[in-house]
Amino acid sequence: MTTTTAEPGTVAPVKQKKKSDVQGSGRLAAILLSPTFLVLALVVGYPLIDALRESLYQKNQGLDANGFVVSGDKFVGLKNYTDILTGANSHAFWNAFYNTTFFTVVGVIIETILGVAMALIMHQAFRGRGFVRASILVPWAIPTAVSALLWRWVFQADGVANAIIGHQILWTTEGFHAKVAVLIADTWKTAPFVGLLVLAGLQLIPAEVYEAAKVDGAGTWYTFRKITLPLIKPVLLVAVLFRLLDVLRFFDLPFVLIGAHKDSVNTLSMLAYDEANNLRYGPAAAYATILFVYVALVAYAFVKLLGADIIGDARARKKSTPSKRAKKGSRTIREATA
Amino acid sequence: MTAISTAKSGPPRRRSFSAGRALSYLGMIVVALYCLAPFYWMVVSAFRRPEDQFDNSPIPSPISIKNFTAVFKHDVGFQRALLNSVIVAGVTTALTLVVGTFTAYALARLDFRFKNMVLGIIVATSMFPTISLIVPLLHLFTNIKWINSYQSMIIPNLSFVLPLAVWNLNAFFRQMPFELEYAAMVDGCTRGQAFRKIIVPLAAPGVFTTAIIAFIAAWNEFMIALSMVNKKEMQTATVSISKFTGAYGFDQPFGTQMAAGVLVTVPLVIVVLILQRRIIAGLTAGGVK
Amino acid sequence: MASVSRMTRFAVIAASVAVVAAACGGSKSDDKKDASGGSGGALTGRGPITLATGKDTSGNLQNLVNTWNQQHPKEQARIIELPEDADAQRQQMVQNAQTKSNAYSVLNLDVVNTAEFAANRWIAQLPKDQFDLSKFLPAAVKTGEYRNNLYAAPWKTDSGLLYYRKDQLDKAGIKEPPKTWAEMQQDCSKIKGFNCYAGQFEKYEGLTVNFSEAVNSAGGQVVDDSGKPNVNTPQAKQGLDFLVNGFKSGMIPKEAISFKEEESRRAFEKGNLLFYRQWPYAYALSNKKGDSKVVDKFAVAPLPGLNGPGAPTLGGHNLAISQFAPNKATALDFIKYLTSEQTERANLIASSEAPTLASLYDDPELQKKFPYLPTLKASLLNAKPRPQVVRYNDVTTAIEEAAYSALTGKSTTDQALADLQNKLGQLITP
Repeated sequence: MTTTTAEPGTVAPVKQKKKSDVQGSGRLAAILLSPTFLVLALVVGYPLIDALRESLYQKNQGLDANGFVVSGDKFVGLKNYTDILTGANSHAFWNAFYNTTFFTVVGVIIETILGVAMALIMHQAFRGRGFVRASILVPWAIPTAVSALLWRWVFQADGVANAIIGHQILWTTEGFHAKVAVLIADTWKTAPFVGLLVLAGLQLIPAEVYEAAKVDGAGTWYTFRKITLPLIKPVLLVAVLFRLLDVLRFFDLPFVLIGAHKDSVNTLSMLAYDEANNLRYGPAAAYATILFVYVALVAYAFVKLLGADIIGDARARKKSTPSKRAKKGSRTIREATA
Repeated sequence: MTAISTAKSGPPRRRSFSAGRALSYLGMIVVALYCLAPFYWMVVSAFRRPEDQFDNSPIPSPISIKNFTAVFKHDVGFQRALLNSVIVAGVTTALTLVVGTFTAYALARLDFRFKNMVLGIIVATSMFPTISLIVPLLHLFTNIKWINSYQSMIIPNLSFVLPLAVWNLNAFFRQMPFELEYAAMVDGCTRGQAFRKIIVPLAAPGVFTTAIIAFIAAWNEFMIALSMVNKKEMQTATVSISKFTGAYGFDQPFGTQMAAGVLVTVPLVIVVLILQRRIIAGLTAGGVK
Repeated sequence: MASVSRMTRFAVIAASVAVVAAACGGSKSDDKKDASGGSGGALTGRGPITLATGKDTSGNLQNLVNTWNQQHPKEQARIIELPEDADAQRQQMVQNAQTKSNAYSVLNLDVVNTAEFAANRWIAQLPKDQFDLSKFLPAAVKTGEYRNNLYAAPWKTDSGLLYYRKDQLDKAGIKEPPKTWAEMQQDCSKIKGFNCYAGQFEKYEGLTVNFSEAVNSAGGQVVDDSGKPNVNTPQAKQGLDFLVNGFKSGMIPKEAISFKEEESRRAFEKGNLLFYRQWPYAYALSNKKGDSKVVDKFAVAPLPGLNGPGAPTLGGHNLAISQFAPNKATALDFIKYLTSEQTERANLIASSEAPTLASLYDDPELQKKFPYLPTLKASLLNAKPRPQVVRYNDVTTAIEEAAYSALTGKSTTDQALADLQNKLGQLITP
């Protein structure tokens, strides 16, 4: 953490809560946490366990003498996994793996930069900011299904995208341009999500911090890098983390915009969907599980590398302005409780 | 309010030399254009006559509201679908806020073991591909007779939004000066009072941001709503849009879909703008500034 | 307080146990119920039913259902609308079957899905003797059959036609629409300033339709009469080459690789396309004043082939009864009602969708309203179904893959067909 460099006059963080509190806290925590866990267990936990089990089975695809599908599953161990990773169709997996990673890395970087820029703009006081704020939020408020249709319309052979660039690109055919089309549509839609979260983070920065920086003669870029960025970091990391989770599970946009079975944009989620759609629930579950593991690894690495202050123990955290806040705080409290 | 709040309210001021100002205005215009141009295209497409829907002209001529009337044709039941969307998204949002705030508060403020593991488990539920959840959920909800009910859409929505809500609120709660809470308790507040009077107002930007996110996510959800409901009276707006058809087979009712898209988006933007005000106003309301 | 926390913990555990139990319960029921399916159990039970269908565009279906409901107050039918998209329709029906849900009674099933639904015992066998099948178009009846048993009653049919610019052919002194591909190319060389031919070549179901048409029209087959894949043949190669070379030589405009039905219709209506392959639905639309520049300037003919008239691909929808529906007797009556001459006639007039009853094509009154009916009938009598296989989805994906890679030059015709033959061999269980 580098936030301590932010502001002159920062006092070391105030230390912790009383130890005697722990016992009661544990109980309270259990009560407070249980509704969340109940919902998650029901809606995600159960399907997840079900998928893990399912991924070890294969449904019979053979037909009996009368042409009926032989019913029943057979246990195949890890065969579904090895088929995916090394079998005859493994190139489909690795291609989708590459696409997924590509969309994630490129997409999230663009979205983060755009989103932070949008937040900084929304944060400014100027005339017409209501309008700018509204316009930034529009893309994100449009249902994905509708926006995917909109972009398909824009990118068709005689659509407006080609009319503007004055050159016919067949966007929905195989090739790098299909990836570009997906990235354009995706970043357009989701950068505002990052922007909104970061904007909320910016609200937590007291104006005095900037005043102090100004007094010290810090430039705009320096202020941004050394003050703004560290202070919005926790919120920004949450935004980026959840964007990562979302893009890694990317499905409907490439599916609607470019279409199924196109190697250029096929993602891991699309493969899982396709297998399930063809009634191969075992391999579908295996794809879903592999994707799950991949996402988990990425998220773990991300949090480990960058996110010590969102997941790390509360005690470890350092804040740049606690003393000031504490002073202000006690004043507030007197007002509030008076 | 104290003197500080009047002195330093509002966002930080930039130095007002004209070049920088012009540059930042330029940036704003570019961003607004980038965000609005495709939406503009959506609006324009919605206002074309259905037979002109392949036009590439920037202004529809003649302007027609046929697409909008098609959305509200009585057999489509779009009004009902909008109402269903409001119910589903509204309840999802309210529940997310209550449940998510509890959980995030516990994570950020209370001392207990396995905290990181709890956070990890919560976020892990956001890592499983949504499309793979549907068939097992359909099994489950069929067994407990939840098909064609609001809860069959709300509960899954809740699970999609909760992880983000918990993490986001957690990040906010952690950032807030929790010395305040102790100060309050020293001043004689109970923990509950401290939470309500100090933390809640301070958390407003985070809470309202979470509310917006939850609402939009639930409002836009499609796959679950499509699968769990087969009665027309229960379907949500996004599902309803997917069932629009043109005047004949193979006709993609693009104009109607765009008109419906405009109709579901505009109220959302208005709601977001109202909540936005709360985000910006959050700290002032808390009296810290 | 302690008890509260213990109780919460217990509640969490109890809930997860219940959840797991439900999981096991769900999968167990998979196995036990299947025994009843299949070999034509009696269709019994009367009462309310539902019809799961993609939304009908004419709005006439609701009228038909209303009429039924007036006559059968105790056996009311309700329409369940599925999404507009064909894949999404199938997906919803499969999900319904997977959960053994009784929500859908009658399924409006795409012709390509009969085999899959029948083989999985998702739809009930229909009594052949209760339908006068001889009155229906034979090709349409076949699409409702699986292993010679009837599983779905033919309701609506469809077949590709050649749309051509009659005005331009007349101007060039060409009397007859082309019967072969060579004639078509000749005609094109006589008329300057036009793109010659188009179809639907985007990577989707339409490509399978167009590919099958090309192969069948060259005398080849995708799947032979005994149900074995037979696509690596000189005839199939000639068929696919017609399209591949068409793209290479510019006979087919290059943007046609992104065409679905509507894109190709638009290209034709813009007025710079001489010939194209399309379903009958476009006939009335292209003749509607407004955007179309070809009003009264075009006509339809059977598709051309390599050495004579081509063999179009059959489309359409059939009506089937869900195995998991309670009131199957009512459902059967309802299907009979919908496929009756009176209903089909009314539906043709209201929706201009091609009926499955042969007699309607010869009705002079209807011919006056739909001048393309005789051509369509000729086409339908010559039409070939797409492969009627259990794993149709996989098969059509393989076909799309092969055709698309050949059309885009990613692989040679020979390679694409060899790969396809190989793939189909794995997918189609004899």
